[in-house]
Amino acid sequence: MKLYVNIEKQLGDFYLKSSFETENEIFAMLGPSGCGKSLTLKCIAGIETPDRGRIVLGEKVLFDSEKKINLKPQMRNIGFLFQDYALFPKMTVKENILLAASDKEYACGFKERFCLQDVWDSYPGEISGGESQRTALARMLAVKPEVLLFDEPFSALDNYLSTRLEHEILDITQVFKGPVVFVSHDRNEVYRLASRIAVMDEGELIDIQEKHDFFDAPKNLASSRLTGCKNNSSVIIKNDKIMATDWGVSIYLKDILIPKETLYIGYRAHYFEYLGKEFKKGDNIISCRQERIIEDTFSVIICFRNIDNTVKSENSLLTWEIEKDLYDENEDDIRNSVFGLRIRPEKLMFFGK
Amino acid sequence: MDMTPLWISLKVASMATIFTFFLGIIIAGFITFKSRVKHLADGFFSLPLVLPPTVVGFILLIIFGKNSSLGKVLLKMGINVIFTWQGAVIASVIISFPVMYRTLRGAFEQVDKNLIHAGMTLGLSEFKIFRKIIISEAWPGVVAATVLSFARALGEFGATIMIAGNIPGRTQTMPIAIYTAMQSGDRSLALKWVCFVSVFSIIILFIMNFITEKFVKR
Repeated sequence: MKLYVNIEKQLGDFYLKSSFETENEIFAMLGPSGCGKSLTLKCIAGIETPDRGRIVLGEKVLFDSEKKINLKPQMRNIGFLFQDYALFPKMTVKENILLAASDKEYACGFKERFCLQDVWDSYPGEISGGESQRTALARMLAVKPEVLLFDEPFSALDNYLSTRLEHEILDITQVFKGPVVFVSHDRNEVYRLASRIAVMDEGELIDIQEKHDFFDAPKNLASSRLTGCKNNSSVIIKNDKIMATDWGVSIYLKDILIPKETLYIGYRAHYFEYLGKEFKKGDNIISCRQERIIEDTFSVIICFRNIDNTVKSENSLLTWEIEKDLYDENEDDIRNSVFGLRIRPEKLMFFGK
Repeated sequence: MDMTPLWISLKVASMATIFTFFLGIIIAGFITFKSRVKHLADGFFSLPLVLPPTVVGFILLIIFGKNSSLGKVLLKMGINVIFTWQGAVIASVIISFPVMYRTLRGAFEQVDKNLIHAGMTLGLSEFKIFRKIIISEAWPGVVAATVLSFARALGEFGATIMIAGNIPGRTQTMPIAIYTAMQSGDRSLALKWVCFVSVFSIIILFIMNFITEKFVKR
């Protein structure tokens, strides 16, 4: 079944403009908090009303501002998993799941399916986070929805629980025949779960792509940041060379074509090539001095500046991420002296406006 | 001591509370979740709170009096509310309604919107959402509103004496009995009723605190 969404909504200073199509896949909306992702989901579910546009599910028009169609949420048959689950506090797990289900036998099947036997007669206040989340999933699925919407389902969970929930969602979506839309601000989550990804930035849905393309070649600065690209610079193009003004380095591109209207470049933190402390200065090479070293779980993140760079901007502090082994071998040099890093031009990403 | 004022008070206040309870839930529920003119409605339904009870009594006399069209219709049906305990019930309903309405409105407004939205996406009818989710979530507020409006009805004096008068054994409630005793110089009788009403009111307050605390803990 196909879900078509094309809506606009004004909320104070905030303007939402969201347009996409999805069909029997997991479609993810990625964006920072407060960018309008949740609002889009609420419009699809009918909890909020858009000012203009159309929402169509299969043959059924859910919303059409021109034809004055606006189906009530009750008539849309859309499953919505709320961020805080919104379980009914005064009802037991069983009552929560059975309340709206017309097929009670089917609904009771979720008791075993989601391992809820032990808490079947408990109240939401008495059960764990994982049990709450499974109850909410069961309650949503018990009414046999045609579309599933997940509103930041992982944001309140610890790492272990969110991995478990991810498995649940993947299990569900394997059997579920219909569109699944989920919103998140976590790129890893999105990458693991979704097949297509859209970026939402300040209320506007930009850059919809298949997920591999999306992470390899984000179409603009906002999406590159959301995919976790930490190094950005504005550029000046001169023939086959570009000058990265924020980083203070000129990059020789050999045979790589620069897309027209390139204004910015991006470079991922783990693509730098380490040259040690004895290196020759030249194109593509940055003379670095570290400013901060942060140990991550499986890697080390080094924030550094180009010592030859006179510009000091937000983007002139660069980030390099290396594996612990490499760091341990060279710790003294990286920590205390100037070292060289080479930019591999084939790994650069180019953005327009 | 003639105990009829106690029984009349209890009868009138209980009857009034039953009416206020259902009226309050229907109207406060409608205004909270369906109305677009909430401020206007809030103002209108709070009027008896700011008007002197004697003014309310006067208006009720005009509405239900023998010269009004409603009064005439009622009279033809053999119903007369003036100088009867039923009249006292009407006065108490009008006077205690704002207490019920405002407390319920506050309680309904505080119900987590996500629960309502969840109910909607699950396909529950609006009536079922109201009955199963909103009422049970707002239950401490509903209890508090009921007890408060019962207390208000029990203490009603001004509007009641205007419409139901002061007929011993028929419409004389406890507050009116105190007034009458004082007027006739019987201070000790007045004091007895004062003690009685005070103890009664304090017991009501305790019951209310007990119930709300018990519900808040859950």
